[in-house]
Amino acid sequence: MALLEVKDLRKNFDSLQVLRGVSFEMEKGETLSIIGPSGGGKTTLLRCLNFLEIPSAGSIAVGGKTIFDAASSRGLSEREIRQNRLHFGLVFQNFNLFPQYTALGNVSLAPKLQAKERPDYKQRRKELFEEIEEKSRELLFRVGLGDKLNYYPHQLSGGQQQRVAIARALALTPDVLFFDEPTSALDPELTGEVLNVIRQLAAEKMTMVVVTHEMAFAAAVSDKVLFIDGGVIAEQGPPEQVLKNPAEERTRQFLRGYEK
Amino acid sequence: MFQTVLLSLTEGFGKTLEIFVLTLVGGIPLGLLISLGSMSRCKLLSWPIKLVIWVVRGTPLMLQLLIIYYGPGLILGNNWWGSGASGRFTAAIIAFIFNYACYFSEIFRGGIEGVPRGQREAGQVLGMTGTQIFFRVTLLQVIKRIIPPMGNEVITLVKDTSLARVISVYEIIWNGQAFIKSQGLIWPLFFTGVFYLAFSGLLTLLLSWTEKKLDYFKV
Ligand SMILES: Nc1ncnc2c1ncn2[C@@H]1O[C@H](COP(=O)(O)OP(=O)(O)OP(=O)(O)O)[C@@H](O)[C@H]1O
Ligand SMILES: [Mg+2]
Repeated sequence: MALLEVKDLRKNFDSLQVLRGVSFEMEKGETLSIIGPSGGGKTTLLRCLNFLEIPSAGSIAVGGKTIFDAASSRGLSEREIRQNRLHFGLVFQNFNLFPQYTALGNVSLAPKLQAKERPDYKQRRKELFEEIEEKSRELLFRVGLGDKLNYYPHQLSGGQQQRVAIARALALTPDVLFFDEPTSALDPELTGEVLNVIRQLAAEKMTMVVVTHEMAFAAAVSDKVLFIDGGVIAEQGPPEQVLKNPAEERTRQFLRGYEK
Repeated sequence: MFQTVLLSLTEGFGKTLEIFVLTLVGGIPLGLLISLGSMSRCKLLSWPIKLVIWVVRGTPLMLQLLIIYYGPGLILGNNWWGSGASGRFTAAIIAFIFNYACYFSEIFRGGIEGVPRGQREAGQVLGMTGTQIFFRVTLLQVIKRIIPPMGNEVITLVKDTSLARVISVYEIIWNGQAFIKSQGLIWPLFFTGVFYLAFSGLLTLLLSWTEKKLDYFKV
């Protein structure tokens, strides 16, 4: 059974149809890359899946359980939306780290707030917080920032900030982790360190969706590539097909822009 | 003589301080409410509030003091404030709170709108509630942004308190000036300046201390 199943997802902003029926599936442990021209709806798709926008139509299922269906008569409550979001993590193009917290603070903040909802929070508070901090430290070591635990975001380079953001998203153990152009805001010499972390996660079988303009990277790490254009998936398949030997003219044209 | 003057000025300064403190205590929460109203998506709410802010910020506080104190009696034929000193004081406080709340509200609005949308969204995708995002993410960033402009307003308020004398609230300058008429002495008036300088100096220190405390991060 597919871990994530998206069916006929649509999103309008007033009269502008940005997503016009997007459907795809992915298995646990897969890495999926999304490519496509600017304005095609890639960011909007990720925002819909993370409920930063509410889709106008379509459904989303995780592990066979439908967590969102626009056709169901009642909308989701604030609480349900929050629960749904915990299935997913999102790494933003411009990191969005919280400036007043250290790297460690950024990673441990949300898990600590989650811990408050546990019934044994009152008795075990100290213990729980220590566990969370320990886990957060481990995550920062995993992204290669074990020596920057107590640095504030403004003291870190863009690449380091983005790696903190990845650790922060991983701290809530999402089922699927989404990346929206994680290296677009970085100087070219800093993209490698971030891509390496994603590559390492792929090797560890983290389920991921990566919107990217790095074609070589997409070819190397993804199990599947989606080409999104004009709010629809114009082509999808294994990277050898979509990136090397596309069936659609639109895809070919788009990829030609990346040949140098 | 010096003691008489000092006593009178200290008493006047007490009134000045009262105006100052009450304006902040009333003006900050009211300013927050007004700023939230002015940012409301409901135009029926935000539009009148913006109009009021414009009027209050676009006219002198002295005029507002006079209108608020004399207005009810002369226009409505009913002086709410009563005739005594306490009535004049209440009217002055209301005028100050309302005036400063409007200035504060614009500072708050700027501070709140200045926090990038991504901060809120980052909190949301991490499963945080609206309240958690406000208190754990946004608030401190807003505070850091508004401290310098709030500092300017607060220092201005120290000096603006003297306007209360136009409706005969006996603040420090009133008391200082009284010595010109009664004793022909000018130095008590100069001496009031010492009070202002000491007080605004103290506030400046306090403000720069707070700014330094929040220097550990950048927004
Ligand atoms: N909140 C919004 N309101 C109105 N229109 C929007 C909104 N968000 C996105 N759009 C529009 O939706 C379209 C798709 O935008 P989106 O950001 O999803 O594209 P993208 O594929 O991520 O592009 P890029 O590669 O430049 O990041 C654009 O035309 C954009 O102007
Ligand atoms: Mg985008």
